[in-house]
Amino acid sequence: MKSSGTRREIPGTPVFDGRAAQLGYPLNAMCYSFNEAANREAFRADEEAYMERFGLTEAQRDAVRRRDVLGMIAEGGNVYYLAKLAGIFGLNVQDLGSMQTGLPVEDFKAALLAHGVTERRIAA
Amino acid sequence: MSAIVGGIFTSHVPGIGHAIARGLQRDPYWKPFFDGFAPVHEFLAREKPDVAVVFYNDHGLNFFLDKMPTFAIGAAPEYRHEDEGWGLSGFKPFRGAPELSWHIIEQVVRDEFDPVTCQSMLVDHGLAVPFELCWPDVDAWPVRVVPISINTVQHPLPSPKRCFALGRSVGRALDSWAGDERIVVLGTGGLSHQLDGTRAGHINVDYDRFCLRNLAQDPEALLQHDTLDIVELAGSQGVEILNWIAARGTLGGPVRELASNYHVPISNTATATVLLEHRQAVAA
Repeated sequence: MKSSGTRREIPGTPVFDGRAAQLGYPLNAMCYSFNEAANREAFRADEEAYMERFGLTEAQRDAVRRRDVLGMIAEGGNVYYLAKLAGIFGLNVQDLGSMQTGLPVEDFKAALLAHGVTERRIAA
Repeated sequence: MSAIVGGIFTSHVPGIGHAIARGLQRDPYWKPFFDGFAPVHEFLAREKPDVAVVFYNDHGLNFFLDKMPTFAIGAAPEYRHEDEGWGLSGFKPFRGAPELSWHIIEQVVRDEFDPVTCQSMLVDHGLAVPFELCWPDVDAWPVRVVPISINTVQHPLPSPKRCFALGRSVGRALDSWAGDERIVVLGTGGLSHQLDGTRAGHINVDYDRFCLRNLAQDPEALLQHDTLDIVELAGSQGVEILNWIAARGTLGGPVRELASNYHVPISNTATATVLLEHRQAVAA
């Protein structure tokens, strides 16, 4: 695909653009289906069959099998949809942050808490 | 004659919904965020708006990548929240204001925007969490709603300038609405946060302070960055500030900041709540 501009790279930051959306479509479609509880149950019951049903690429299936969040994103996964899959695995966004940064989850949380900012203004 | 009474800008993190469900408003972790709503509650009790026009983003409840509108305007008599995949549910249904929705649609198309119009639409935590924050402990929402969804999911996203201009156009529609409703505008999401990539956990207090310093009196300062600049500054989900920028655009008359609360962190997010009072622009 020819593009007129240079793709902007932002370190450590996936930009979910048309290329990613096209690549990630089956994986994201599967995750979108998890809005329904029955589909979450079907995935839990047989992950391989469920991934087959949505036609995930082999690389996407492998990333899901390994619970590899960065791998799923590299294969076009979008975090808003992946969050629904993460919920099935019992993972919250701090867990996802830990898995992607390589920091232990307690350290990831501590880094957030370290900002420790509260600033309040109320008009007289 | 209708009146825009003000703007409410707030984060919409799903965890806030869970905290409300578990009654954690006074818990030391959550209290500094929830305390920011006391002035909002006083304002809403005083101003008693009838309608809320809400700029937010859908996170994969109503819209999927099969059809992803840049701007979508709800025109339904009722909107519902449903399971988003991780069990957050139980939000009360939302009454629509379809006549006002169509009036807004007429105006923005006249102003050369091309929105998707939705007579059936689910609304997610991006709208429901701010409603719970603004109107806690009510049996039914005291306002009707016009939801306006902005794509912050799939790039290319609309530019900050375009979002501000959309807000200006919606503001013109509200100014020309013949009804006597009192209208409050909400912009939800942000501030800086990033859930994905090796930079997950990114927070930029300086950029957030810049937004909070300028939102009331110089909102066009926020338009100097393009969308990807904002992704770099505020994180890949911090770009939800686009919803704030659009909502601020609706307030065409003089505004005064009544309250601002900035608290880091809630979940992975730098949270903020801002209340702006609005007076109608006087025609020259």
